[in-house]
Amino acid sequence: MKQMKKVLNFLENTVEEPVIYHLIADYGVRVNILRASIDAGKNGRMFVELAGEDSQVSRGPNYLERIGVQVEPLAQEIQHLTDRCTGCTSCVPHCPTQALDVDRESWQVSFNPEKCIVCLSCLEVCIYKAMTLKDSSV
Amino acid sequence: MAKTIEEINAKIRSGKAVVLTAEEIIDVVREKGVEQTARDVDVVTTGTFSPMCSSGAFFNIKQPKAKMKIGGGFATLNGVAAYAGLAAADIYLGATALPDGDPRNSNGRPGKFRYGGAHVIEDLVSGKKVTLKAVGHGTDCYPLREREQLIGFDDMNDAFLFNPRNCYQNYNVAVNLSDKPIYTYMGKLKSNLGNANYCSAGQLSPLLNDPYYRTIGIGTRVFFCGAQGYVAWQGTQHNPAAKRLENGTPETPAGTVALIGDLKQMSLKWLKAVSFTGYGVTLSVAVGVPIPIIDEEMVRYVSVADDALKAPVVEYSTFYPTGEGEGRLCDVTYAQLKSGSITVKGKTVPTGSFSSYAKAREVAGHLKDLICKGDFLLTRAQAPLPGAIPDFS
Repeated sequence: MKQMKKVLNFLENTVEEPVIYHLIADYGVRVNILRASIDAGKNGRMFVELAGEDSQVSRGPNYLERIGVQVEPLAQEIQHLTDRCTGCTSCVPHCPTQALDVDRESWQVSFNPEKCIVCLSCLEVCIYKAMTLKDSSV
Repeated sequence: MAKTIEEINAKIRSGKAVVLTAEEIIDVVREKGVEQTARDVDVVTTGTFSPMCSSGAFFNIKQPKAKMKIGGGFATLNGVAAYAGLAAADIYLGATALPDGDPRNSNGRPGKFRYGGAHVIEDLVSGKKVTLKAVGHGTDCYPLREREQLIGFDDMNDAFLFNPRNCYQNYNVAVNLSDKPIYTYMGKLKSNLGNANYCSAGQLSPLLNDPYYRTIGIGTRVFFCGAQGYVAWQGTQHNPAAKRLENGTPETPAGTVALIGDLKQMSLKWLKAVSFTGYGVTLSVAVGVPIPIIDEEMVRYVSVADDALKAPVVEYSTFYPTGEGEGRLCDVTYAQLKSGSITVKGKTVPTGSFSSYAKAREVAGHLKDLICKGDFLLTRAQAPLPGAIPDFS
């Protein structure tokens, strides 16, 4: 079983396609939508977790690229600006997946993008603006 | 064996002073005992870095050729209103001041509060210029009625931080018992005890290391956001009468100090503007206070560790705002708070802090280095804080 988080960028014309249906029905990919902003006639974005056998999760994104959906890794969406972070830890209890964590010896706050589901809780609670979203359209 | 401040300063000048942070001293006392430590150690440094709302700066702005009386008129810096009810060229900018109708602050609820007085102060400290707009009534001696100009530190005779209340000696742990999230000065509190926010450096916090203000008083020199500042007065809301534990530390918020220091010498490493979603803007400041080890009693105070310091868990959805309902739910130690979770009403509640322990450590370590190098001498307090049991030997 392979699992990966991706950002799907839809252009206006692909927004009309039942893309997620095809991913599931034709490629057998398990799709978990983490966050989405899709509107008819507009560019859209969807943050998803794809799971399945190796071949399924690699063929799925190939299909997406073929029909014009840009696929990017999700990890780079949220950034932890370590020069702004003071290690105060106020974000830590707000992170639902422990992507933000603190070493209780050094009191350094760390961010693990692999665990991040882009819920944006940290952006709301960080008083130093040390957590940022690369593209704030979602 | 008692030591005077003068004796300690002589050792600092000759590079022989033994200085430890309030964190380092804990194990030393456990190992060597109080008596030996009192003989060996001269100074213990404390530190804190945290949002402290009662902060702001005085500016005296250089006059243009044709002079202007801003006093009694109005002044803004980057659109943020400053208090102009002083002499011709003096203004005071509070850290929490907000610009009127600013889209950076009014983009829906909860507001983001992206820019305010603290950000103006941060901009100036970073070397940027800000836009001064001033309107006055014009007099025979000060004919200019309006002024709009980019100004930085070079355009000011004076710029000093004067914070009426900093360094709270202990603080509430905030929780929310309601079924809705709330946005407070203690951060976002999730519904149904979803999180608990605290705000103290605990064992490194300045006033928790001198609980009866025996050495910290009016005139005490402190490390203040990168500059050398002073305790100007007791802070507002200073309450030395708070109930004490056996080790002398208060169970609830107690003493405070008003601090003053040269803003032009401060650095962004030790001073940062902050935005609390749904609440407002304020300033995080770094303060380090040296505690002279004048006798064994001071050793006992500075060696109190997080497991012997307590804070009250207070309800912020109903009790804090209205005074109704359940208030102080329980007390917890700083060791429990720093472990990552506490138990409130039988529920495990994750904790977060606004006071940065990492930065507090840095402040205490930096102050220790300054003292060891002879770059920071201790002062004898000129007058005690109210409620102090001072020792001005």
